[in-house]
Parts: sequence; structure tokens; C-alpha cells
Amino acid sequence: MLIGAPILQLFIFGYAVTLDIKHIQMVVADRDRSCESRELVGSFLRSGYFDLRGRVDSPADLDRPLEAGEALVGLYVPQDFSKRLARGEPAPVQLVIDGTDMNSAGVAGGYAAALIAHYAAAGGPAPPLTHQPRIWYNPGLRSMNYMVPAVICMILGTVMTAVTAMAVVRERETGTLEQLVVTPIRPAELMLAKTLPFAGIGMLDVALVIVLARYWFGVGLAGSLLLLLASSAIFLLTTLGLGLFISTLSRTQQQAMLTAFFVLMPSVILSGFLFPIENMPQVIQWLTYLIPLRYFVEIVRGIFLQGSGVAILWPQLTALIALGGTIFALSAARFQKRLG
Amino acid sequence: MSAGRLLALADKEMRHLLRDPRSLGVALLLPVVLLVLYGYAINFDLKQIPLAVYDPDRSRESRDLVESLTRGEHFRLAAVLAGPGEAEAALQRRQVKVALILPEKFAADLAAGRATSVQTLVSGADSLTASISLSYLEAMLQDWWVRRGPAASGGSLEFRRVSPQVRIWYNEDLASVNFIIPGLVVVILMMLAALLTSQTVVREREQGTIEGLVVSPVTGSEVVLGKLLPYVGVALADVALVAAAGALLFHVPMRGDALLLLALTLVYLCAALGAGMLISVHTGSQQVAFMLAFVGTLLPTILLTGFVFPVSSMPKALQMMVQLHPATHFMVIVRAVALKGVGLGVLWPRALALAALAAALLGASIKGFKKTL
Repeated sequence: MLIGAPILQLFIFGYAVTLDIKHIQMVVADRDRSCESRELVGSFLRSGYFDLRGRVDSPADLDRPLEAGEALVGLYVPQDFSKRLARGEPAPVQLVIDGTDMNSAGVAGGYAAALIAHYAAAGGPAPPLTHQPRIWYNPGLRSMNYMVPAVICMILGTVMTAVTAMAVVRERETGTLEQLVVTPIRPAELMLAKTLPFAGIGMLDVALVIVLARYWFGVGLAGSLLLLLASSAIFLLTTLGLGLFISTLSRTQQQAMLTAFFVLMPSVILSGFLFPIENMPQVIQWLTYLIPLRYFVEIVRGIFLQGSGVAILWPQLTALIALGGTIFALSAARFQKRLG
Repeated sequence: MSAGRLLALADKEMRHLLRDPRSLGVALLLPVVLLVLYGYAINFDLKQIPLAVYDPDRSRESRDLVESLTRGEHFRLAAVLAGPGEAEAALQRRQVKVALILPEKFAADLAAGRATSVQTLVSGADSLTASISLSYLEAMLQDWWVRRGPAASGGSLEFRRVSPQVRIWYNEDLASVNFIIPGLVVVILMMLAALLTSQTVVREREQGTIEGLVVSPVTGSEVVLGKLLPYVGVALADVALVAAAGALLFHVPMRGDALLLLALTLVYLCAALGAGMLISVHTGSQQVAFMLAFVGTLLPTILLTGFVFPVSSMPKALQMMVQLHPATHFMVIVRAVALKGVGLGVLWPRALALAALAAALLGASIKGFKKTL
């Protein structure tokens, strides 16, 4: 399970996660049916961004496909389109866009505007104003490059905490913890014994994901492998420590599970792995400084995508060491008290 | 199947729930807390994107272009660059997210009808917002071109004066809350439901109390459904709290039929709780059950069901696979009812799929509950 889950996640998310909007379903109401209007509609369909879902007779019929979610965009070309063009008058065309998904709507609007502009100037001898985007660090804007490193963070940051917590609580629940306490084992030894196996599995997961990322997904490690492994080890300090802490708060496995969930869900969403922290309200941004996952996401992305080294990442590393050390020390103290 | 035995089992499960007030409290309050937290935190509104500009031409046309780009709410002029080489530093410092480099002879090229292009630089490290920013920029650039191009080119280019009129429906302000909050509700409910029920059966197996169940005359369906009932109650309470928060705090509109949505929510809950139950019936330890439920619902529900990333953009094979996830269908239903105000006439295929999944998951749980030790 602990080995299989990261692999499965890596595969699914590597392929699924993309904001590259393609195959936008479009319905067309072309009242003009002239050469010019056909050329305009044709330019949309030839672009590769839009797929023709269907044609309707009147603009009022554009409602249904958008309501039903069958089409994202509706294009209405009025009857007098070609006549107006011939007279040199402004010839309006109407685009209706389903705004529910504001990202898709924004992107669809962008493509449409570009296509219409190209059509507008295509009557002239020179190509129109063009736009050359250059993208750094992730030239294809492959969401995969963005997501794959994040999976490492997710696995280490979530599952590890929960299973550690539950493992300890399970012993408490079944009463075997008492048996351990009356043996000569010292609390510190017990703690290490409980966490080290998970630390080992965690590091193994990291190695597995790195290998798969490189050889299957083509997401290469731009930076230092050693740094990545070292950072993972430090991060494990925090997650396992957190797991221990949760175990001292819970009497049953169900409580441990719900508490872990309570702590982990905010960490995941607020860590910046998916939703940019800069867009969050100030108060919440300050809150994220306490979330170890936030630093680890920055570190992993930095090493994978930008090849950043200690010179750039030292603030995050320091924060992680500080947080990790504190959490682990607190948990250890609490753990000893509960045992002894 | 005896209703009496079913209710007795439901009663037993309810008492277990009530004996652990902390867990019950967390289960009831967690969804609302999470909704409020994420509702304020998650913001996809790309507004006031900081832009750096290098304008060597400094002509009327180039200034007009920059002004039209920064006048609206999407971009704000954060830095004026002295040279194109400075763009990289500005991006690395995170001072700006996009850098715009205009050509040296912008106005002259336009006037002569020569091809000209502007360059934009974006950091792909934040690929999600990068691609959207580029789309906005492209749209605004071409919009400027269609309006100003003819005048700027002094008639040397022939133009077809097509003027696009864009209308945005259902979410006129393109507010990300209206998109995110309904989605959040779907995600949170799925996770909580699966997590809660994933523990029920397996806990009894771990503790040994399952022996008592096995030797009694109760059937598999009575056990599964009886254990399900209290959690349906908890989940419905959650739904009420979360819906209230969504409407009152975030002003998410509710344009459709609330009763229809409630009925479909109930079906969704059965599916989500059924998924948890299925895990519970087939695992040997609470730990593994939790891991399966967590890993199986957290990332898939957030990334694959259309919460943020459109299903239609995924590879075809994956698109078909996610139809097996109840949240994929409910995501569409919630957004359609709340934002578009549509009813069963449009949504019946999705509703049917949801009901089928719920029946399948619960059915599989019932079958999987073996009355053996």
C-alpha cells in the first residue's frame, strides 16, 4: 500500500492534471451563411482549439447546449454580416461563453479574440500583430512538470503522518502499549522504533517517485539529488513528529484519524501545491508560514524545475529544520509523559 | 430483510457515535470550518497581475497599447524596465509575473503595414496561472489590434471590421468563488463520508466484536445499511451547515430548485458513504482502511473530478475512468443547479449515473460483508 499508492498517484496525476484547454465545444448560429461567415467559422474550427458540437438556426437556440454543459462557447453571426463587411461598416459577431469555469472561459475568450483578430486582418497584405510568448523553466507549460514533484510532497506530508499516528494509537487501543511499557525499553527507544520504519518507507517512496518521474514522465531533476534526499529526510522529521503528536492526543484510532484529517486537509490546500499562496488573504498567508508542507513544496519544485541549490533555498530549509525540530521535541516530551 | 433488525443496528451504531463526542464534533464541524477556510484561501481570480514593460519605442501607439493592457482589472503595471535583459531578474525576484517586451519600431512598423510582434515572458514554474495570464494577454492584445490597428496603420492595411461582442453567462463576473465553493462542497463531503464509514466495519473486526454480529441472525444488507443510517444523518447535518455557509458568507447564488439539489445530495451521500463502506468491508485494519479512503479520495477528488481541472482536457481513457467517480457527476450537478438554474430535464443523465454508482457501491459492500471470521 505504502509503495503502491505513490506510484498510482504519480501516474494518474501526471497525465490528468492540465489547464491546457483544448477541444472546446462550440455551437454556431450562422444566419448569414455567406462565404465570409463560413470562412470565419472555419478559422475557429481549423485552429485546433475549438470543436464544432453542432449548428443551430437561431441565437435563441444557443441556450440549451450551454445550459446542458454540452458546449462552452456559442458563436452567433448575424444575417447582415457579409453585407456590412462589403460596405466597410463594423460587423458585429456575438460570442456567448459559459462562465461557470472561469479559467476555461478566460482561455476560450482569449483564443476566440485572437482568431477574430486574425480573421479581421486577413483581408490585408501583411500578417497582423503577433504575440510571442516565452516561458521559462517549464517551456511546454507541462502541468506534469508542475505536478509530479508535488506528488512527493503529498505522499510524505499526508499519509506518513496519519499512519504513524494510527500505528501508535492502535497499540494503545489494543493494550499492547502497556505491555511495552513494562519492558526495559526506554520511551525514546520506543519512539524511534515506531517512527523509523515509516521514515524508511517514506525515503523509499521518494526514491521511487524520482526514478519514475525521470524515466517514465521525462521530468528530470534539474538540481541536486542529494539535496532533495536530505530535504526529504528533514521534512520527514516534521510529518512523523506530527503523527506522534496526534497519537498522544487520541485514545482511539478513529479519533487519530479524524484529528489527522483535521490537521492535514488545511495543510494540503494551503501549502501552495495547487492554489497560489499569493492570492490568499493576508491573514491566511501568515498562517501558511506555520505549515511545514509549504516549505517542502517550494523546495521540491525549486530543485526539480529550477535546479535551485542551498544558496536559494536556505530560508525554506531553515524554516523546515526549525519547525521539524520543535514539533518532534514537543511530541517526544508529550509521548514520554503519556508513557511514564 | 427485517426492518426491526436494521433499526436496531442503526441504533447501536448511533450510540457508538454519541459515545465519542469529540469525533462527532469534528465530523459535524470540520466541513464548515474547511469550507470557510478554503473559501477565503482559494482564489483563482487572476486580477491585478503584476506586469513589467519594456517600451523602447515610446510612441503614441506603444503607450496606448500598454495603457489599454493595464487599464482593466487583469494587469497592473508593476515595473518599467530599462532593458530587455532586466525581465528575467524581475521575474525571478517574483516582483512581476509577466514581462512585456515591445519592439523598437512598433509605431513605424504598424504605419508601414509590416509584420510586428510583441514578446512576453512568463515563468513556467507556476504553470497554472501562467497559461491563463497568457490567454488574457493574447485576448487584450488582439482586442487592441482590432480597434486601433486600422487607424495605426494609416489605411495601409485593409481590415475587415469584425467586432466581437462577448457575453459571459451564469457567472458574469467570472468570480472564482462561484466555481470553487460548490466544488469544495462536493470534495469535502466525499472525503468526510468515505473516511467516516471506512472505519465502521473494520473497527469491529479489529476489536473482535464482529463475532457477535456474525453469530446473530442479521444479514449483510442489514449490517451495511444499519451502519450507514447514522452517518447519513451526520452527513445531512453537514450539508445543511455547509450550504448555509456558502450562501451567507460567499453569496454563491442558488438559481435552481433547492429541493432537487437536496434529493441529489442524498443520492451522492449514499454513494460516498457506500465507497467508504466498501473499503471497510474489505480491509483488515483501520490503518489500511484509512489510508485507502484518504489516498483514494483526497487527490483523485481534488484533481480528477472537474473541481479545478476540466475533465474534457484529460486524455480520453482517463475521462472515461473518472465517470466511475461519484464526485465527477455531482460536481456538474451542483454547479449546474446553483449557477445555471437547470433542472432534471437537462441533468437526468448525470443523476442516473449517480444513482447507479450509489446502488453499485452499496450493493458491493453488502455482498462483500461475509459472515465469517
